[in-house]
Amino acid sequence: MREGRDMLKVKSRKKLSEKVAPLQKCSIKVRVNEKDYEAIVEPRLLLVHFLRDVLGLTGTHIGCETSNCGACTVILNGKSVKSCTMFAVQANGSDILTIEGLAKNGKLDPIQEAFWEHHALQCGYCTPGMILSAYALLSRNKNPTEEEIRIGISGNLCRCTGYQNIVKAISSAAEKMRR
Amino acid sequence: MGKDLYMIPKSFEYCAPTNLKEALSLMAKLKEDAKILAGGHSLIPMMKLRVLSPRIIVDINKIKELSYIKVKGKNIHVGALTRHHEIESSDIINKYLPILSDAAKVIGDPQVRNMGTIGGSLAHADPAADYPPITLALNATIKAKSLRGERKIMASKFFLDIFTTTLKPTELLTEVIFPLPSGKSGGAFAKFERKAGDFATVSAAVQIALDERERVKSVGIGLGAAGPKPIKATKAERLMVKKKVDDNLIEKVAERAKEEAEPISDLRGSAEYKKEMIAVYVKRALKKALERAKAM
Repeated sequence: MREGRDMLKVKSRKKLSEKVAPLQKCSIKVRVNEKDYEAIVEPRLLLVHFLRDVLGLTGTHIGCETSNCGACTVILNGKSVKSCTMFAVQANGSDILTIEGLAKNGKLDPIQEAFWEHHALQCGYCTPGMILSAYALLSRNKNPTEEEIRIGISGNLCRCTGYQNIVKAISSAAEKMRR
Repeated sequence: MGKDLYMIPKSFEYCAPTNLKEALSLMAKLKEDAKILAGGHSLIPMMKLRVLSPRIIVDINKIKELSYIKVKGKNIHVGALTRHHEIESSDIINKYLPILSDAAKVIGDPQVRNMGTIGGSLAHADPAADYPPITLALNATIKAKSLRGERKIMASKFFLDIFTTTLKPTELLTEVIFPLPSGKSGGAFAKFERKAGDFATVSAAVQIALDERERVKSVGIGLGAAGPKPIKATKAERLMVKKKVDDNLIEKVAERAKEEAEPISDLRGSAEYKKEMIAVYVKRALKKALERAKAM
């Protein structure tokens, strides 16, 4: 990646503007679902497009593309983020968890299991993001109230309006994980 | 979704300085060519919509020295890169400036709060943003640095117009300084939104300090989404000084604040409607601030 100090070496502003943009590629290293990747990307490549098109991890969905719907939610260094509102270069050096990394050795994560048991999805489009928001919530709050669950998923829209079952599923997953 | 349907920004060049000095050197060199990327939750959507196409992005997320919340003397210092989530969950903020956690809790949604920063929100100066009216109510000072030195700007002088502040292209907002409330004081932020996580239809921030006889020692009232820039309702504030607050006075203050507001009609409501709502939300913020002050 181009560091600040390299940019300073460029002598005049004119030269700099000639160098701008399409020429620049950044080399990034990321860890996704416990696997290391290295890639060369254009700075404008969004993280969600990197995950889907470069790494082939299409479980992360693209919904609104305007930071509203949360379908593209992934866990970046332990925090939930919308991968459509972040450039892949920004994730350089980060540890990312996508929906593909949740099940371990063919066994579903308790949150995935609870979504299944409680029929917490209809069309399934919002589900990967919804599950990862639930994951972020439950990793810092083992015993959330219904209100806390609703706040926890307030950045994720479900257009089938299946919120009741989603809330039930998260609550039941929390209970299972506490055991 | 076909790749040709993606919303992607125009090409730009990217750099990620790792310390403040490097960032300021870059800004001194690049001037208008560069845009600062902090949380990115206003900048990146604007770039995707091509409302904005900066030629160079200076990503300041790697400058760890810009992220902190600390009490120093009679002030609370908040680093520009402090995320909304860190503000909403900070013990210091919850204890001394609950008005600020009121706001941090209702900005966007959890994912947005994990990324968005206080410095970014203030520098962006969206008229409907939540922190700006609070900086007015608290008489906060905004610190900006450039290679030439540092500038401390009163919040009331910082916002110039819609999306416009007094910051120069070579200056970086580095810190927000809030005076530490003392004695019987309290503050509250009340936001009217159409749905969870939305921008404010209108908002009101009130910070109040009472003397030992529960008369108003000082008060700050900030209005959000009430004009092209956040408004300090100074006439409404003046009505309160040295008075004992009762329902009658609260009514008068809310009416005066409403007169000071100049909202525009948009998809969130007509100007007339917003004015009425400003009166309602000033009342709510004022009552909550009073309750908190009396509990001190």
